[in-house]
Amino acid sequence: MTDVDTFRSETRAWLATNCPASMRLPLEDDEDRCWGGRNWEFKSEDQKLWLERMAERGWTAPTWPTEYGGGGLSRDEAKVLREEMRAINARSPLDSFGIWMLGPALLKYGSEEQKKKYLPEITRGEIRWCQGYSEPNSGSDLASLQTRAEDKGDHFLVNGQKVWTSYADKADWIFCLVRTNPAAKKHEGISFILFDMASEGVSTRPIVLISGKSPFCETFFDDVRVPKENLVGELNKGWDVAKYLLTHEREMISGIGLSAGRPLGQVAADSIGTEDGMLANPLLRGQIAAFDIDAAAFQLALERVGDLAKAKQGHPAMSSMLKYYGAELNKRRHELLMSAGGSDALEWEGERSRGGDRARSWLRTKANSIEGGTSEVQLNIIAKRLLELPGA
Amino acid sequence: MALVLDEQQSMLQESARSFLADKAPVAHLRKLREDRDADGFSRDLWKEFAEMGFTGVLVPEEHGGLGLGNIEAGTIMEEIGRNLTPSPFLSTAIVGVSALLRANGERKGKLLPKIAAGELLMALAVDERAKHGPRQIAMSAKRSGNGFALSGTKAFVVDGHVADLLIVAARTAGEPGETDGLTLFFVDPKTKGLDVDRTIMVDSHNAARLTFDSVQVDADAVLGEVDGGWPVLEGILNIGRGAVAAELVGAGEEAFGRTVSYLKERKQFGRAIGEFQALQHRAAHLYSEIEITRAAVLKALQQLDQKLHKAAPFVSIAKARAGKTATLAVQEAVQMHGGIGMTDAIDIGLFMKRVRVAEELFGDANFHADGLARLKQY
Repeated sequence: MTDVDTFRSETRAWLATNCPASMRLPLEDDEDRCWGGRNWEFKSEDQKLWLERMAERGWTAPTWPTEYGGGGLSRDEAKVLREEMRAINARSPLDSFGIWMLGPALLKYGSEEQKKKYLPEITRGEIRWCQGYSEPNSGSDLASLQTRAEDKGDHFLVNGQKVWTSYADKADWIFCLVRTNPAAKKHEGISFILFDMASEGVSTRPIVLISGKSPFCETFFDDVRVPKENLVGELNKGWDVAKYLLTHEREMISGIGLSAGRPLGQVAADSIGTEDGMLANPLLRGQIAAFDIDAAAFQLALERVGDLAKAKQGHPAMSSMLKYYGAELNKRRHELLMSAGGSDALEWEGERSRGGDRARSWLRTKANSIEGGTSEVQLNIIAKRLLELPGA
Repeated sequence: MALVLDEQQSMLQESARSFLADKAPVAHLRKLREDRDADGFSRDLWKEFAEMGFTGVLVPEEHGGLGLGNIEAGTIMEEIGRNLTPSPFLSTAIVGVSALLRANGERKGKLLPKIAAGELLMALAVDERAKHGPRQIAMSAKRSGNGFALSGTKAFVVDGHVADLLIVAARTAGEPGETDGLTLFFVDPKTKGLDVDRTIMVDSHNAARLTFDSVQVDADAVLGEVDGGWPVLEGILNIGRGAVAAELVGAGEEAFGRTVSYLKERKQFGRAIGEFQALQHRAAHLYSEIEITRAAVLKALQQLDQKLHKAAPFVSIAKARAGKTATLAVQEAVQMHGGIGMTDAIDIGLFMKRVRVAEELFGDANFHADGLARLKQY
């Protein structure tokens, strides 16, 4: 047996013993996810147990070094872990912007002190992070951001406003892009800083979306004092950190292109019925089959892009392709779910529709091709960096 | 298994790439077309395929081949696609060899070395109607004398007019629509009662219509089980589908590459047309489609090598994606080339023609979407 085979059988055995049965059931809705943080209330004892057991092994962040709370796994081993978790339908023990976005940036740009301080508490789900990037006047043109951080000797004084800050009202800390040199060109006066959302002068206001839910906030900074040591990377070189983190954000969002939950064909069969084993609506059946083909191919492309990176044949801009395609696929999936659900899917309140879950989820997906860089921005990046088209 | 080519596979691809670009670029197809060549392919080139080892890529080493798999055969198909090379490679070296590998020892031992040496051409006769549908086979094979008598017609038989040996799927029992009752036969095309009519196709590649009028074959001409030919046929077809998907990736990617180059050089309104965002976004979308399809095709070829009996969904995904993606690639190629893309003088139209044929061959995107839905039981 190869090392990877051994790792697989050990992992399988460990998961069989340690993943609680209720953590192998499909997520009913977003409320079942575990985000952790200072004020987190576990939805069940199993959810708590599952997080603790996985964090204990470093498997909430499988590829991070063990000294920072990670699992120290190779890419091959991490892939095995993902496959084995998928095989038993294990839920993610921890959803975390700290793991998906900040961690990789800190591992590359953070000081040793910063890695030691922030990474272990991220892997244990003790601190929940949010992302301070977009501003009211800086969306796709992110580098035009205006939130100011003035150098006051031993600290920065931060003033300004962020928007679309995911879960800012629930987060403990923020990683934030601020302008530290207003005189420089727009990309060259930006710094990347970290601070506690409990700091004086920070306030948040949830934004009600078309789904009726408020995963995003407006976030205001009014004379917030941030210690100098919370600067990540060099002063005024924050755009490099920001871009690096964005490639991880894109990969995170690409993941939504993976089919989750029950297969579309079965969902549709439940609501529409079948004739001779085929969906009773042949046109919808064709659309679902075409979707299934694209979704399966996309999953293989995600796998291949990882394999290419490992073989040193990849290109960082491939994350734009995955983000673009994954976002569009997820929107398509939810359009089909709505179509399959018919009028049942239109109910907005009440037990039967679990509070209008189908419709609200559908509306939520419309942000997929906007957040983390719009589909159009991703296509710009592909045109410029992968196709090298002129003037792109 | 990683979804990238390993070192050996990359080397084979490199050698196929330089060999085909050198010996059989698109000009080679044009020449055969202009000459109205009776064979529709070059026998000299086929000899060179044999010298390179390509004809025996799937033939086991003990029978004189390279003993490699579908991934390796796929790298050659991709280069054939890139150069639009008319070649019996698909029907003989991939489909034919895959059929012979399932035949009895004597036939295998006799014929596989001939294929590896470039001395035997084969063709698979499945389709009877305008659309691919192996379940619908109606051609009858009735018990007769020491064997069977075959009657009916076959269409879209790739390389049918040059083949030295045919594999014919016919019905020994059951009704069209049923998978039981099908039987596969090896048939000598010179047998009495068999009429071969070459069909000149839109892509200037080879195909034929066959008419069987009580064509007599011996009992030992049967491949696999009488009435139980379906699993063998599906296996062979899936191998062929994976190979055509690889060809489509090559053709689509080449058409795309030529289009991106054109976007950089063609000037209108005083600048390269590739500066226009309307075209940039379409090119970037197409790039994404091609990369995603490439992953699906590689997976299908791996699966054909490793778990043939579980390859069907992966093959359907790959063939459907490859057909759609290459179709988009050639449509965008003509549109972005503008007026010149409509002329016979440049090659883009030839890519459009070949892709149309390859999309139809062994089932189009709709056929495979339906197939996947059946496998997933909805």
